[in-house]
Amino acid sequence: MRSRFWQTPAAIVALSATAACGGSDAGSEEESMDEQQEAAAAVDPAMVGTISGMVAFTGAAPMMSAVDMSAEAECEAGYGEGGPMSQNALVSEGGGLANVFLYLSEGVSEAPAAMGAATLDQLNCRYMPHVLGVQSGQDIEISNSDDLLHNINATPEENRGFNISQPRAGITSTQRFQVAEVMVPIRCDVHGWMQAYVGVVDHPYFAVSGMDGSYSIANVPAGEYTLTAWHEEYGTMMSSVTVTAGASSDAGFEYGADAMGQAVPAAEALVLAHGTSRIRIDRAQPQQ
Amino acid sequence: MKTGRFPLVAVAFAMLFGGVPATAAAGPAAFVGVAPATSAAGLATLFGVAPATAAAGPAAIFGVAPAAAAALQEEGEGKALYDAWCAECHGATGEGDGSAAESMLPRPRDFTQARYQIRTTGSGELPTDEDIRAAIENGLPGTTMPGWPNLDDGQIDSIIDYLKSFSRFFGAGPPPEAMDFGSDPGGGAAALAAGAQAYIALQCQECHGEAARGDGTSAPTLEDWRGLPVRAADLTEAWFFNGGSSVEQLHRRILTGLDGTPMPAAIDAMNSGVVSPDEVWQLAHYLASLGPREMPTLRDVARVARAEGALPADGSEEAWAGVETFYFPLSGQIIQSPRNFAPTVDGVWVQGLHDGSDMALRIRWSDPSESPDPRWDEWQNKMTAALDMDGAEDIPVDSAGSPLFRPPDALLLQFPFDPPEGTEKPYFLMGDSRNPVYLWSWSAVDGVSAGRGRGLESIEAFADDPVTGGAEWAEGQWTLYLRRQLRTDGDGLDFAEGIPTPLAFQAWDGSSAETGKRSAVSSWYYVLLEPPASSTVVVAPLLAALLTGAFGLVLVRRAQDRRSK
Repeated sequence: MRSRFWQTPAAIVALSATAACGGSDAGSEEESMDEQQEAAAAVDPAMVGTISGMVAFTGAAPMMSAVDMSAEAECEAGYGEGGPMSQNALVSEGGGLANVFLYLSEGVSEAPAAMGAATLDQLNCRYMPHVLGVQSGQDIEISNSDDLLHNINATPEENRGFNISQPRAGITSTQRFQVAEVMVPIRCDVHGWMQAYVGVVDHPYFAVSGMDGSYSIANVPAGEYTLTAWHEEYGTMMSSVTVTAGASSDAGFEYGADAMGQAVPAAEALVLAHGTSRIRIDRAQPQQ
Repeated sequence: MKTGRFPLVAVAFAMLFGGVPATAAAGPAAFVGVAPATSAAGLATLFGVAPATAAAGPAAIFGVAPAAAAALQEEGEGKALYDAWCAECHGATGEGDGSAAESMLPRPRDFTQARYQIRTTGSGELPTDEDIRAAIENGLPGTTMPGWPNLDDGQIDSIIDYLKSFSRFFGAGPPPEAMDFGSDPGGGAAALAAGAQAYIALQCQECHGEAARGDGTSAPTLEDWRGLPVRAADLTEAWFFNGGSSVEQLHRRILTGLDGTPMPAAIDAMNSGVVSPDEVWQLAHYLASLGPREMPTLRDVARVARAEGALPADGSEEAWAGVETFYFPLSGQIIQSPRNFAPTVDGVWVQGLHDGSDMALRIRWSDPSESPDPRWDEWQNKMTAALDMDGAEDIPVDSAGSPLFRPPDALLLQFPFDPPEGTEKPYFLMGDSRNPVYLWSWSAVDGVSAGRGRGLESIEAFADDPVTGGAEWAEGQWTLYLRRQLRTDGDGLDFAEGIPTPLAFQAWDGSSAETGKRSAVSSWYYVLLEPPASSTVVVAPLLAALLTGAFGLVLVRRAQDRRSK
């Protein structure tokens, strides 16, 4: 069980590195790619562990608000009977909070370069995914699956932004953010409800919680880190985490809201020792 | 983008109004909160300036101030110039938050972000030095940024260096390079047709509207990077384009986008084959064909010609084809609070005809919203918040955030009751107690009516005035039709042929929270009903020429006849 857990991502990394180098011209670029490949191949299972866990939401689950897409019947038709709902606070039946960006904010000394491209699609007038993690300098392939005009307007502060139009389906734009920035907002001005967030970090140790609130960050070198969780409505929380080689560390976060819908970060609501890793909350600080 | 107007110009305009009281010049200076210490060097010169200087044009207005001139001799010339000329709006630390910034929409550039709208570089890239230089030299039309003809090349160089130093983005990589824009395949009818197709292929109408007046479906929700409301440009008013109105400049804006605004770069769409490189040029030609390149020449007198037949019965295009059109600019009302530094209506197009007993006017103006319109609620709230800087009354909102009051669009024409003596006219804001004005008022809710104004807050409606008419909104433009007998038995004004009657305009865009004093105003102009003689003057020489020609023909024919015999 344990060995299979790390082998799979390592294999993927190695494969993508091979693919990225295949057929490239000789030159310094290739050399650096070779170095990357070596670095990737050098992920030693004996040196890395995994951080995983749940982002829970307590209290009254936020009311989902309907999104008025009547201006784009084509997009509205892509949703079921209930119609499109807002994406800003998705809580699963099991109490998991989706679209939380989790990343190691302290403790990472060196990291392999980005592999392959991240993708951001526009489908039925919504960004897929709503929250995306990328590594600084990594290609982000932004595509349009809707046969209508979208503009992709990124307004970072630490990075250079961009604003590109994609007036029909099938167009792909490749963009990059060069330095770490959590988060870069992306919006479509044609459709004011379209909003995405990109978390840019200098290493590959990040994840976005799924619909059930779970996440997993693999291949983390053993060591002491600060793990930060970010949510667009409920702010930022941090936690210390120790990763032990060959082990899985369980680190959970708990967001909440009071009856008025105000964010309540539950300070003691943390987790848990698992295997050899210890986790505790250093501080919880919702933004604003 | 055309959201912003030009308060500085507005001030100058205000000063040109006949009978402007002393407070007109003092008001704005007090309002922008210019400290006496900076007034010698800064823009304050402008606000406190005497009317005669304001009328003399930008060169006089921006003449080198003594404080700045002295600083030029020292080290740090860029900083000295910046502090003297730029900091008032852009802020001492370059964050676009100078003391005058709050009254401006769009706000002044935040140099720390290095987000420049007008570039020759790709989306999100830094501008070249030449891009920045062009903005300083020529200003940015449609915004509050004036050109700076008083600065020489070396001074501009030092300012460029200094304002780049506000941002860590400059100097971090290789110097930005201009894109390769290719070459213009040329204009012509076929190019314009192809350009019109490219407009649709790139989906420009989503924001700019079918008739390109900035009234697209998405227009009410547009925001700049600060979250402030921003207009989709009215592409028929090229003289407000901040990046210039030439085909080449339009082409660049399409491919580079306007960073910090919703206007995206179409470069990827072009590279994906949505449009060809030539079609982007043709789109630029098409946009350049949508209206005059320059602001129409200002003429003081709107001539109302004598109609050949019946007067037009409505404001339709067919009825008014061929009738001369006069353009009169409007600017924000900034004399009395609440002031309006970003008016929607920036000018009116006026046509008139009379038949000796009645007069008909057709007045058109761009307004992307047909107010009241709930689709613009959010826009109205944002405009209220963005410009609520001098204690203007807010329009209250309900718990769902909808405004409790949606002001209608409106237009007002005013004429002095008493024939003017010399150049003196009533106070331009609907007269005053001593010099009342005769008003024709139209609103999208109440229609057309007449009345008497003794100042902005003292308007008395006439029940018996025979003025009639109505307005229609289509594709981002209002067309107002007004008709009245020249002479009436009521309380209104009698119009006489051959005598110029002073005329001024005031306009409101309800969806931009314009109501009451928050409006756009014009200076005084004249309307002149041409006497019947004027047509004889044209017709008589024509007849004479025709008769002479005919007589000549007869003579020639006779001579030829004689020869052939």
